[in-house]
Amino acid sequence: MSTLSLFDYKVSDLHELLHKKEVTVTDLVEESYKRISEVEDKVQAFLTLDEERARQLAKAQDGKIGTDQSKGLLFGMPIGVKDNIVTKGLRTTCASKILENFDPIYDAAVVQKLQQAETVTIGKLNMDEFAMGSSTENSHYQRTRNPWRLDRVPGGSSGGSAAAVAAGEVLFSLGSDTGGSIRQPASFCGVVGMKPTYGRVSRFGLVAFASSLDQIGPITRTVEDNAYLLQAISGLDPMDSTSANVDVPNFASSLTGDIKGLKIAVPKEYLGEGVNESVRQSVLAALKVLEGLGAEWEEVSLPHSKYALATYYLLSSSEASANLARFDGVRYGYRANDAESLLELYKKTRAEGFGDEVKRRIMLGTFALSSGYYDAYYKKAQQVRTLIKKDFEDVFANYDVIVGPTTPTAAFKVGENIDDPLTMYANDILTIPVNLAGVPGISVPCGFDAGLPLGLQIIGKHFDEATIYRVAHAFEQATDYHKQKPEL
Amino acid sequence: MSRISNDQVKHVANLARLAITEEEAEKFTKQLDAIITFAEQLNELDTENVAPTYHVLDMKNVLREDIPKQGLPREEVLKNAPEHQDGQIKVPSILGE
Repeated sequence: MSTLSLFDYKVSDLHELLHKKEVTVTDLVEESYKRISEVEDKVQAFLTLDEERARQLAKAQDGKIGTDQSKGLLFGMPIGVKDNIVTKGLRTTCASKILENFDPIYDAAVVQKLQQAETVTIGKLNMDEFAMGSSTENSHYQRTRNPWRLDRVPGGSSGGSAAAVAAGEVLFSLGSDTGGSIRQPASFCGVVGMKPTYGRVSRFGLVAFASSLDQIGPITRTVEDNAYLLQAISGLDPMDSTSANVDVPNFASSLTGDIKGLKIAVPKEYLGEGVNESVRQSVLAALKVLEGLGAEWEEVSLPHSKYALATYYLLSSSEASANLARFDGVRYGYRANDAESLLELYKKTRAEGFGDEVKRRIMLGTFALSSGYYDAYYKKAQQVRTLIKKDFEDVFANYDVIVGPTTPTAAFKVGENIDDPLTMYANDILTIPVNLAGVPGISVPCGFDAGLPLGLQIIGKHFDEATIYRVAHAFEQATDYHKQKPEL
Repeated sequence: MSRISNDQVKHVANLARLAITEEEAEKFTKQLDAIITFAEQLNELDTENVAPTYHVLDMKNVLREDIPKQGLPREEVLKNAPEHQDGQIKVPSILGE
């Protein structure tokens, strides 16, 4: 049975309750751990809990309520963090054996920002190893389940982050998105997930997978909470030379509910072949809702969409093969026993420490970058990336947002695609182009297929998350999909 | 025709510093061949005069002042090293290989 939970409230409501002294930070933190103790054996979203520190912090924060220090909106809010974001003194594994005992010696930029906002970290969330996957089945440690139906995957790679929010184990969470890893699990788990513009959020302390694509973003129950959490983690960071020197607007002020005259583009490629009929119908119904709110939509074309998947796998794997070279058993992480030479140490450590999907991508990337193949694969993919980016620029010259499904189907069964890399990769065909173009995109709940949530993807211009939030919020207020909860 | 041979997979694994078994080499050859064959659809596109995108934002040469500051303490840095001695990380012998 669905039970009432403090996490049914929005951040702004909880903030008020804290200040009226109707709840305490300790209540919020205990709500998390109580729910975790009730459902975690089914959901398996967490790799590491930080109970002692969280309880201490909650106690200290309760002493500050009513003072200036408690004024921040996120003060005392319990959060979960994906396990590829480093947390000082709190084990960070990337769901890989190679980092099984890794104890970070600094905090990621976003974690420092959360500390400034005074959220309380509940624990670290499961994921596909090094964020490579679409089902969280590639975790070395455990298989997270979809809270809506336990025989289904939660999506990936931020599967733990989405499942924990959907299951009411935390109020909200952080994930990371390289080709859909926030939006796809948000869609599968019926929650709100935003991949911000590339450069909006510092990647300092995010264990790198594909540096030109990776971006950290918030996963929440509501659009409003999402806007608040993105607000807290955005901004230029001197420690990340790819973070952008661009003003961060007040995202919440765009949640007006007014989308009259808004121009929506609907790419025909996003509703075509390979997209499940119930997904298509739910998106068409969502467009009707948006029309009813005064927006206009037209069909457009992103003609290079079909090439995005191949482009993505060549580029992301190439970047990964370079980024993951650092895991060699020397400075940190797992080290193989009994290696007689340094070369053998590297090879055995990496063979024993990485899972199959990670090895596959490292090898694909190494091949695409190797002498004689570089121009044919890596450079070619970078050129096609230019064409894909231009598709978006052309459409955004005439439209405010692009709308389509987040995924071609609802959540698939555990084990269904695990032995077939190409079928697994095809899950991301609607999210990958967004990363290649570097634009922001959100997934918001827009319906159900046989009891499994579906997501509506809203894509915006570079650094125009505000318009995305405005549309997503207006849609959310006009529907009640976000109010439904899984029965666990 | 296959795009990648068993020998090439072993060569790539060596470049990537991954020890692989015969069975793994066989499995990865099949899988990588399928992925590379799929990727070759990019050849349908004429990219003759298209500049490659390395980075989506228009940023070049992001520089900062070169100001010296304290690094991380040595004990902290060594905390995660699998083996260390006298303040240095220890590895198997390199000379004589």
